Amino acid sequence: MRYLPLTDAEREEMKRAIGIADVRELFTCIPSGQCRPPLGKLPKALSEPELLAVFREFGRRNGFAAALSFLGAGAHSHFIPEVVSYLSSKGEFLTPYTPYQPEVSQGSLQAIFEYQTMMAMLTGLDVANASLYDGASAAAEAVLLAVRRSGRSRVLLAESLHPEYAAVIRTYVQNLAIELVPVAVEGASGRVSVSDLRSQLDDATAAFVFQSPNFLGVVEDGKAIAAAVHERKAFAVQVVAEAMSLAYLTPPGEVGADMAVGEAQSFGLPLGFGGPYLGFMAVREEFMRQMPGRLVGETRDLDGQRGYVLTLSTREQHIKREKATSNICSNEAWCAMRAGMYLAVMGQAGLACAARACHLNAAYFVRQAAALAGIRVVYARNFFNEVLVEVRKGSAADLAAALKKKGILAGVPLAWFDAGQKNRLLLAFSELHDRAAIDRLLAAIGEAS
Amino acid sequence: MSHLPKLIFELSREGKIGCGLNEADVPAEPAVDAELRRGAIADFPQVSEVEIVRHYMALAKLNYSVDAGFYPLGSCTMKYNPKVNERLAAAEELQAHPYAPHDLVQGNLEIMARLEEWLVELTGMAGFTLTPAAGAHGEFAGMLVVRKYLQEKGDPRRVVLIPDSAHGTNPASAHFAGYEVREIASSANGTIGLAELRPHLTPDVAALMMTNPNTLGIFESDIMVVAEALHANGSLLYMDGANLNALLGIVRPGDLGVDVMHINLHKTFSTPHGGGGPGSGPVGVAANLLPYLPVPRVRKGGSGYEVVYDDPRSIGRVKNFYGHFLVIVRALAYLMALGRENVGRVAEDAVLNANYVRSQLQGLLDLPYKAPTLHEVVFSDSGLPVKTLDIAKRLLDYGVHPFTIYFPLIVHGAMMIEPTESESKETLDDFIAVMKVILGEARENPELLRQAPTRTPVRRLDETQAARKPVLRWRKGEVR
Amino acid sequence: MAKENLLYSKDHEWVLREGNAVTVGITDYAQHELGDVVFVDLPAVGKGLKKGDPAANIESVKAVSDVYSPVTGKVSDVNAKLGDHPELVNQDPFGDGWIFKLSVDQVSELDELMDLKKYEEYLKGIAGE
Repeated sequence: MRYLPLTDAEREEMKRAIGIADVRELFTCIPSGQCRPPLGKLPKALSEPELLAVFREFGRRNGFAAALSFLGAGAHSHFIPEVVSYLSSKGEFLTPYTPYQPEVSQGSLQAIFEYQTMMAMLTGLDVANASLYDGASAAAEAVLLAVRRSGRSRVLLAESLHPEYAAVIRTYVQNLAIELVPVAVEGASGRVSVSDLRSQLDDATAAFVFQSPNFLGVVEDGKAIAAAVHERKAFAVQVVAEAMSLAYLTPPGEVGADMAVGEAQSFGLPLGFGGPYLGFMAVREEFMRQMPGRLVGETRDLDGQRGYVLTLSTREQHIKREKATSNICSNEAWCAMRAGMYLAVMGQAGLACAARACHLNAAYFVRQAAALAGIRVVYARNFFNEVLVEVRKGSAADLAAALKKKGILAGVPLAWFDAGQKNRLLLAFSELHDRAAIDRLLAAIGEAS
Repeated sequence: MSHLPKLIFELSREGKIGCGLNEADVPAEPAVDAELRRGAIADFPQVSEVEIVRHYMALAKLNYSVDAGFYPLGSCTMKYNPKVNERLAAAEELQAHPYAPHDLVQGNLEIMARLEEWLVELTGMAGFTLTPAAGAHGEFAGMLVVRKYLQEKGDPRRVVLIPDSAHGTNPASAHFAGYEVREIASSANGTIGLAELRPHLTPDVAALMMTNPNTLGIFESDIMVVAEALHANGSLLYMDGANLNALLGIVRPGDLGVDVMHINLHKTFSTPHGGGGPGSGPVGVAANLLPYLPVPRVRKGGSGYEVVYDDPRSIGRVKNFYGHFLVIVRALAYLMALGRENVGRVAEDAVLNANYVRSQLQGLLDLPYKAPTLHEVVFSDSGLPVKTLDIAKRLLDYGVHPFTIYFPLIVHGAMMIEPTESESKETLDDFIAVMKVILGEARENPELLRQAPTRTPVRRLDETQAARKPVLRWRKGEVR
Repeated sequence: MAKENLLYSKDHEWVLREGNAVTVGITDYAQHELGDVVFVDLPAVGKGLKKGDPAANIESVKAVSDVYSPVTGKVSDVNAKLGDHPELVNQDPFGDGWIFKLSVDQVSELDELMDLKKYEEYLKGIAGE
């Protein structure tokens, strides 16, 4: 078998060297009643051509690729330069182990150091880590960090957080002495109610976690939020589910956030049916030693050469064990490196161009949609690339189904997350859409509603 | 002049462009208030495509990798990453949005269902969740399942027992699940039996987390009586499946009394390590624990594959979307290529390779635990004129990645060697020869080891300074 | 600082008594075991500690160690120099590497600590294991 290089002759030699006649002698420790279960239900081995054929067949049973998609809500379709795919697929980047032996891992380490720097630049904060699993778990880790650092146990969550992020935060704290308190969204503006926030904040509050742009697509008044939170000496945690927005909107650090966490899949990672994606965390310097996850630091070697190492490792599980800042071990290193490649290739100008196109496309849709009788754009201003649409007649699911018949995936029905929201749909626009595609969407909505 | 690559920021020059994207073809009429918008991202890279390719090619040259050579890292199972799996994972037809309507992604849902079937058959557990993003994430989810199950029975209990040989993620995960960790000492043989368990098996014990084979490579042969004792106490047995490579096709944890276990797709199932991730940590449970698995879960319905998003008895969501789907694709492809004929061969060759290395090195190095070992073996630096670290660094000079060092903690100067089944006899013989040379150097000229490595792109790095005065990013104009 | 004047705990802390106040640090054995100290997490001045409570936390490159309060009392001072110079714990563990000071509630608890001779025997016992 092509993945098993030993020949029978070699196996014989090795058995002789060990002093056994049969390899089964190495497994006598296994209880005999349970040893070598029948594996009859498993299929037989496939040759490489057969394997390709089987997966082509899986692909044929998918119909997504043919559709014109406006799906977002935490996973975004963006342009990925060919160079990114080419470089990230190299065996030297795909197949190394974690860089615990830094002398032979400078490629990985420097690439991640560059990624950390670029994320710090994008978020306007001091330090970014080398990745967490995804935006949702990153938000949960931020809650844990805020509690650890402040010694307080009450955390406020905006109701406009991505519902899956809120769900993951709830899972993470379910057995810990942490109280989660919701803060309301104003229906009229789609933004966090700063007055409700102020009334919920107290001296036992560790942090307020809010998303901007939020799950309804609306950009929050982050400065007002941060000011209110800091009055109570709590931490402002901004969640960013669409990282591309960091290239267009005021960065979290400038807004006044103490931590920024979220999802960086938009930076060069394929949709991949949900994963692997890329959780990011960036914080002010004062939180550095409390951060979960790996960190790459710069130092010098014995000859005075600049080099990179994993550092501040004593926070981590392999040393602190149950007192660690997190249990995370394997992270999204390759995804982070790939995101770094994407950011380098896009560069200052390319990233600004892509982000601008995302917003302008969404804005064009909003303007043109005013002429459609069947729908209403709920928040027609201060969005980035996601737009919440309300269907005037029937349900959002019906509209989505009608458009699906025309090969268009119009958006994510909010009823997926909240059964009460039957008439709302969330549409996402990217730089991959052009005017013709958006016109086609508008025409189809016009016909269907 | 350093021969090492500059930072991408040091290559950056005003006006250079790396990407080929046009401006949007819609009118340039933004709908965002000016005060919500940012200015240019100061000091962000501006590098041409050519220079970017050369930059990363230069970085690639500095990296060791499985594609380049042997990684005898115990507990990591650094086996070969099949290249056809990369092609499959990159296929356009599989790249769906996770919120695509289910009738448009039946192929993807089937891939997930099929991997679950394989894992059930191989482990004897009743069902799996594929959502956890890594082994530690799986451990955390698994411990939440334990707690929810016990909670429903009336008492979640307070304590989780963990052997002193365990991987650090075990106590960390138990802690985050809300449990107090009680460390229990392994026997003189390195295993956990009734004698080691009983003194600690109080009514407040929720579970024992056991790695099998353990981190010494020794099969926990008392696992069935340990499971019985735990169950009689109303406690559960969690198995850390990091070392599953020794057991594939040989024995099923579900048949040994395991209630909950996690698997590392990036270890046993050949998915690439990527320099530290992404991995994937599916969690399998016994039938009575199925309701508590995290959501979402894929299942076969009347008209195709469906997804269950809500289950009141579930521990909830541990992750956004479905899990590391593209890692799942690679693992399924790997198993399909092996087929039932070769699954057992993987474990046999892994264990044969490890025992061959053990037979050749055990005369030269101290072997503190002499029980039979399966897919890995742990030596100590006792009696050597140098430290384990120095041997490891000298291996780098011979072009070999070192074994795992200083783990497990119960062995002084531990050297944990796991060859995996991917290595040829020639590679093992070369490794053994290099070890002999280095041990000779240790006796004749130990300074060579203490100064090592000298033939790598950088020498030993000042980790103390990196931790005392952390520099975690580049800043323009900073001189260090 | 003459080592004979000090009292020692089983966790390798040294204690210098001055009336109802004590200064606490870690011994040369402890700093050697830890390796290069990179960070010391100091307690807040005014914090109340019971005997045996973790008071401070010392990080080295490869390990992390709690420093326990040897007696019950209140933190009266901490060695702020350790912020920029954690290496003082390695270089001068009995002098400039001191960690915190406590005002003592129960002076009798000091009797439970070891004198130099007992501590040296204790160290020999550990080495023999």
